[in-house]
Amino acid sequence: MTPLAAILVRDMRIAIRVGGGALIGVLFFVVVVTLIPFAVGPDLPLLKRIGPAILWLAALLASLLALDRLFSSDHEDGSLDLILMSRAPLELVVLAKGVAHWLTTGLPLIVAAPLVGLLLNLDAPAELTLVVTLLVGTPALTFIGLIGAAIAVTLQRGGLLLAVIVLPLTVPVLIFGVAAANAAVVGPAPFGTPFTILCALTLASLVVGPFAAAAALRQEME
Amino acid sequence: MRLCAVDLACHRGGRDIFTGLNFAVASGEVLAVTGRNGAGKSSLLRTIVGLIRVGRGKLTLEGGDPELTIAEQAHYLGHQDALKPSLSVAENLRFWAGFLGSEPADIAAALVTVGLDGLADLPSAYLSAGQRRRLSIARLVAVKRPIWLLDEPTSSLDDAAQNRLMALLRSHVAEGGMVVAATHGPIGLGGPKELRLDDMALPSSATAAAEPAVP
Repeated sequence: MTPLAAILVRDMRIAIRVGGGALIGVLFFVVVVTLIPFAVGPDLPLLKRIGPAILWLAALLASLLALDRLFSSDHEDGSLDLILMSRAPLELVVLAKGVAHWLTTGLPLIVAAPLVGLLLNLDAPAELTLVVTLLVGTPALTFIGLIGAAIAVTLQRGGLLLAVIVLPLTVPVLIFGVAAANAAVVGPAPFGTPFTILCALTLASLVVGPFAAAAALRQEME
Repeated sequence: MRLCAVDLACHRGGRDIFTGLNFAVASGEVLAVTGRNGAGKSSLLRTIVGLIRVGRGKLTLEGGDPELTIAEQAHYLGHQDALKPSLSVAENLRFWAGFLGSEPADIAAALVTVGLDGLADLPSAYLSAGQRRRLSIARLVAVKRPIWLLDEPTSSLDDAAQNRLMALLRSHVAEGGMVVAATHGPIGLGGPKELRLDDMALPSSATAAAEPAVP
């Protein structure tokens, strides 16, 4: 097994075991979205109009939940020292951890989204559009989040700092993700333009995230 | 293979931990690093593996694999055991063997060596401190690397486990490996080289004491 495959398998295993982040993330997502109709009331056109935005916001918050433990648990138990010493490039290790995080917390959200979308009065075309935008956009949330997780690695209560650092950086993803998802709901607005920009944001974060997070980790561990 | 330090210095938090350190360890030798608390034993080991930047001086490895750094040819056994509580004993070891080693490792044999073979499927959250330490040591057995850097390797080990560790160190050294161990007490190996950090650290700690305390 190569070092990167070993990291990927280990992180996914930890995430799905007791105390891991996978189930917590998707439960949080479902609970938050379920609360919205209770708060807004049975105004079906309104729910439908704000539905994509609610689902995107809930997905953003849910994918942040498990992020703060991503590097700090490895730092606390000494694993990070061994990872920094290894011959596998740190950038690729960070990438593998990001992929493991997305597969265990991002992907379940996308599976759950159509179900909770029913509570927000989304019809089939709207749900399909939403799932596609989440599929393309949530990796960007994870990989931007990696940077914050790496910066907060040595802090005891890093989760709060993580949210403060990461949330502003995710604003473009949120804007274009919701814009693309709204195309099928609100009407004649174009789907292609915001969706293409969303793809570009994800591709950029796939490159920038691991490099920035690896640089932050090296700096922090000095 | 020979690990040499010439005029090595380590700075952390604005003060010198140690300066002007010279030592050499060759294959088949054990270097015991001793000194009081805060003398820089752990910092020295972390400097050797590159986790702390070398402040001044040079650290070289002669006769090793020129393609690899010192850290990539060394095992580092730090204060922490680098184990995940939710993974089983065997899963933890298999991960480190897969991450650190290039060829498949014999997990079962390594667990037998450290006396944890009956506990392979137990989540490591249930291990005692000594058992965690032994599982950490199993990593050194499962993946072959010539340089072992051990930070207080005997901490929380009982007498039997300490003897087993000593036997492990002796066979590693006999096979041409080298060991650098930071330790308080006698390490129990016949006449190892000793590096005392107290003497070099004294001048810098004296200046640190003369200055107002830095938080």
